[in-house]
Amino acid sequence: MKAVCWHGTNDVRVDNVPDPTILNPRDAILKVTATTICGSDLHIYDGYIPSMVPGDIIGHEFIGEIVETGREVKKLKRGDRVVVSSMVSCGQCRYCQHQEWSLCDNSNPKGALQEPLFGFSTSGIYGYSHLFGGYAGAQAEYVRIPFADYGAVKIPDGLTDEQALPISDAFPTGFMGADLCDIKRGDIIAVWGCGPVGQFTIRSAYMLGAERVIAIDRVPERLKMAREQSGAETINYEEVDAGEALKEMTGGRGPDACIDAVGLEAHGMGFMGAYDEVKQAVKLSLDRPHVIRQMILACRKGGTLSIMGVYAGFLDKMPMGAAFNKGLTFKMGQMFGQKYMPMLLDRAVKGEIDPSFVFTHQMPLDQASQAYETFKHKKDNCIKVVLKP
Amino acid sequence: METESDKTNQSQSQGDATVSDTERWASIVGGSAMVLMGLKQRSLRGILTAIAGGSLAYHGATTDKSLQEKVTDATGINKAIKVEKTVTINRSAEDLYNYWHNFENLPTFMKHVKSVQVLDLRRSHWVANAPMGQTIEWNADLINDQPNQLIAWASEEGAEVDNSGFVRFQPAPGDRGTEVKVVMEYNVPGGMLTATIAKLFGEEPEQQIGDELRRFKQLMETGEIATTEGQSRGQ
Repeated sequence: MKAVCWHGTNDVRVDNVPDPTILNPRDAILKVTATTICGSDLHIYDGYIPSMVPGDIIGHEFIGEIVETGREVKKLKRGDRVVVSSMVSCGQCRYCQHQEWSLCDNSNPKGALQEPLFGFSTSGIYGYSHLFGGYAGAQAEYVRIPFADYGAVKIPDGLTDEQALPISDAFPTGFMGADLCDIKRGDIIAVWGCGPVGQFTIRSAYMLGAERVIAIDRVPERLKMAREQSGAETINYEEVDAGEALKEMTGGRGPDACIDAVGLEAHGMGFMGAYDEVKQAVKLSLDRPHVIRQMILACRKGGTLSIMGVYAGFLDKMPMGAAFNKGLTFKMGQMFGQKYMPMLLDRAVKGEIDPSFVFTHQMPLDQASQAYETFKHKKDNCIKVVLKP
Repeated sequence: METESDKTNQSQSQGDATVSDTERWASIVGGSAMVLMGLKQRSLRGILTAIAGGSLAYHGATTDKSLQEKVTDATGINKAIKVEKTVTINRSAEDLYNYWHNFENLPTFMKHVKSVQVLDLRRSHWVANAPMGQTIEWNADLINDQPNQLIAWASEEGAEVDNSGFVRFQPAPGDRGTEVKVVMEYNVPGGMLTATIAKLFGEEPEQQIGDELRRFKQLMETGEIATTEGQSRGQ
């Protein structure tokens, strides 16, 4: 089959590899009908995710059709059209049973690699480095789905591929970002990043009762989408100081919650921005924490920081004194996909949202390397690409 | 600083083993503290045997040391390797004890163990993989067996790698399942060093037991052991 393989920084290729097979009784094999590049794939593409090995198949946001099931798969059958969570989760451990699916105890076969770094191991993720299990990814014609009964959710009739696809990762990530803020009547939510996850975060904050949502980015077409399609007020942080603007726009109080939909490759401004880029370039630090610094300062006293953008390693120069003295609450994590996916499919079926609005481009899987370049450099106003195997 | 436990150790080393001392060890093995903290100067085999009621072997559990023992300690030769690892598993103590107690099940999650053959009610024969296609074999004795709570074993006299240990099953608080603790001790004769043991097993004993417990948990909670072995990839 054809699969997108990582060969090094800025080097992904479509290789011919053997088709996946059932390895465990709870596995299924999925014929991928649509997949997409997530912003967090760019962290791999840009070489910021440790423990990648050349030849690894990448990709974790996808839908498809079940073509084979292992003997212990009970809920799914051949021919089912499903959307699959990017997190591999066993469904049986205490974390899964408490809906904290990305904290699964059992799905990471290489958990011992993570323990020295994290203290405890987390769930596996499709195509997201050996720290996260080394599972083959889904930017491919076929992919193996471990614990298929718990990872794959049937797509209800009436949804197109493009409508169901973001429910694999981007939409539940955005929804969880808003959910973690425990939004109350009158709350104003600030969202950093207007990429696909940011767009879904804005929409989700409104679904959960936010009074106003203010979105921060610097890319004109993304700010436009945030305003016109997601209904946010926007700040272009290259034009104004985002912290000052947020204060002015919130009656001098600051937003009640700040959501990071950017992650470890945030673009900073001024001296600290340059300092972070140099440090990251020489690998002294894996992550550029500009967004978190700004959120700590901008958030109202006693507010919540919700972090959904991916961080991988260590942060430097964190204004912990500000966070402490302002009594902030930090909430974060890889998304609990399976907790949200059935509800999000339901909202899509009811027409509360058409999740396909984030897609600006469609390309064949064969052209994955061009697709990565287009998405990374936001060429042709690209916001999100559907890849069709 | 002299701590309470130092004092206790000193007073014990001057006298013979007492019933209360054995009880104290039983409570350490059955308690919530880190077992190895209390085991620094003691032999696990001796303690397990003492708890099981074998007072003769108890000499091995005292802190009295001959000059020769002190020399070998100082040079790092003949030093026991002690490992302690604990994992919480979302199943009842009864289920976990029953699976473990069928020793022939153990190679399912103990990768380096090739086979276990039960010889009789107390004895079993173990074959483990060693590097370069070699195997090592030994017989183990079940020295303490408390249904749904504890299984303790020790290799028989003359084993190539003298080992002893226990696995303990305790209900976790709330509805958190069962805490499974493994404590093991390896004694290698003939001055083999720690590195040799590591070579023997392919990795550090502590990591190996951690990995085994991780696989045991996966198997008991989900019915399978997560893997990527055999999946496809690019060249």
